[in-house]
Amino acid sequence: MNCEDYAVEVCDLTVAYDVKPVLWDIHLAIPKGKLVAIVGPNGAGKTTLIKAMLGLVKPVSGAIFFGCNTPKMIDKKKIGYVPQSGSVDWDFPATVLDVVMMGRYGHLGWFKRPGHKDRDMAMEMLHKVGMHQYAARQISQLSGGQQQRVFLARALVQQADLYFMDEPFKGVDAQTEKSIVWLMSELKNQGKTMVVVHHDLRTVPDYFDWVTLINTRIVANGPVGEVFHEKNLCKAYGGQGLLLKGAAV
Amino acid sequence: MDFLVPLLGDYTFRTVALGAALLGIVSGVLGSFAVLRQQSLLGDGISHAALPGVVTAFLLTGSKNTEILLLGALISGLAAAYLMITIVRHSRIKFDSALALVMSVFFGLGLALLTWAQKTPNANQAGLKRFIYGQASTLLERDIVMMAACGAVLLLLVALLWKEFKIFSFDPDFAQSIGFDTTKLNLLLSFLIVVAIIIGLQTVGVVLMSAMLIAPGVAARQWSNQLWLMVMLSAVFGALSGVLGAVISSAIPSMPTGPVIVVCISVIATISLLFAPGRGILHKIYRQLKARSLLQVEGRDIS
Repeated sequence: MNCEDYAVEVCDLTVAYDVKPVLWDIHLAIPKGKLVAIVGPNGAGKTTLIKAMLGLVKPVSGAIFFGCNTPKMIDKKKIGYVPQSGSVDWDFPATVLDVVMMGRYGHLGWFKRPGHKDRDMAMEMLHKVGMHQYAARQISQLSGGQQQRVFLARALVQQADLYFMDEPFKGVDAQTEKSIVWLMSELKNQGKTMVVVHHDLRTVPDYFDWVTLINTRIVANGPVGEVFHEKNLCKAYGGQGLLLKGAAV
Repeated sequence: MDFLVPLLGDYTFRTVALGAALLGIVSGVLGSFAVLRQQSLLGDGISHAALPGVVTAFLLTGSKNTEILLLGALISGLAAAYLMITIVRHSRIKFDSALALVMSVFFGLGLALLTWAQKTPNANQAGLKRFIYGQASTLLERDIVMMAACGAVLLLLVALLWKEFKIFSFDPDFAQSIGFDTTKLNLLLSFLIVVAIIIGLQTVGVVLMSAMLIAPGVAARQWSNQLWLMVMLSAVFGALSGVLGAVISSAIPSMPTGPVIVVCISVIATISLLFAPGRGILHKIYRQLKARSLLQVEGRDIS
């Protein structure tokens, strides 16, 4: 495969917050158009990995490539990011629509104000995540699952080709989870790539077609059918992974 | 209200009231962002850190000119803000510790220099001490012009960079992920806050200035659920307390203006915290009691 077939490539990435490495010598290539689960135990560095790919944490060493481009060469606004909903203060004075519109700020660039077009698009995406009736609501009054969907809508208005999502299913009910999965498969059909930090091992084969198992180092990276098996899970989780996956079998 | 009529014709009162209102507007607007970013103590750190700049400017030039002294304050305030941000970025020291560190070092240095400077001839007339507790009566018309000009530039920049400051205050990681340089935004916002503080230094002084930055924003947040409304209200509360402070200190002999302004804004903040609908403490207690009584009624119905 040539470099343009990959949505994102990570070379020799090492990240340390103190002296202890959080990610060690990560080597990883994710092909375009895949729905990718990043899976690993708590503290394995999943969030750090996507933050490093987004350029939000500074690595000790290593390089990131998007297709054949370095991060400096690409258009940042075309990379969607759904952070963990707990990463912001929801008591900020803003409405749901305000927050979703922020996804358009990158397209507007410095100084310009969002217009009708941006508002319409924000409403359309709120519709998609089933939150349009909450557009005027204060964000401090949202439940965890609603916060998650607002962040999802904010990433959707970016109309990106590549999305990074940090546990988008955290705290959502079964119905919402289903609609998010449906949305993700729709985006995949449009040829977009999604890299998703995921916790529930049982749903990996149903929701995703590519999986990256990490535990500070890369344990496995490949199509779900090829690498998502007990031997690799055992390597990533210790004995724990078998139990977790076994619950579904 | 009869005492107001002669006051309006009084040059000193008009100057002080206008200066205090300007200071209230500017610190209210910029302070809102400090409150939302949960960096309420930033103003305290920067204003204390401005003191060595004032004294050094006097020692170097021998001038008692407000502009020159405030220029010194601006330089040391900016240096302190830059130092705090740099310490947080390049070490594992958290923001509050970096702030305490920088503030105490700068303020200590300022006090040491001030004591030393008092010994030099004509230091007593220089009125350096007015920058510690503020002395609004020393405001001159040209000070007001300078405050208005600086304030206008600050407000214009906030208006221009409105959406950038908004997204940066709410979710800096996301802002960076879509291509905004958050390091630059952080520096710029902090520098604007420094300038807002310097504007108020002569009126309120380094010790109380942080209240002018925080209290209007805290009060305004209680009454508003939209950023623009919060910032507007914060400016109104700031201006109101400035004018009220000027009136009260003129009406009652030997009342210091700066501290009275701070008392006024504190009263506004306290009222807002207690009585604002929705977010006020009384409203919350009322809702709790109502919910409890509803539960009791339902409980009785079931039994």
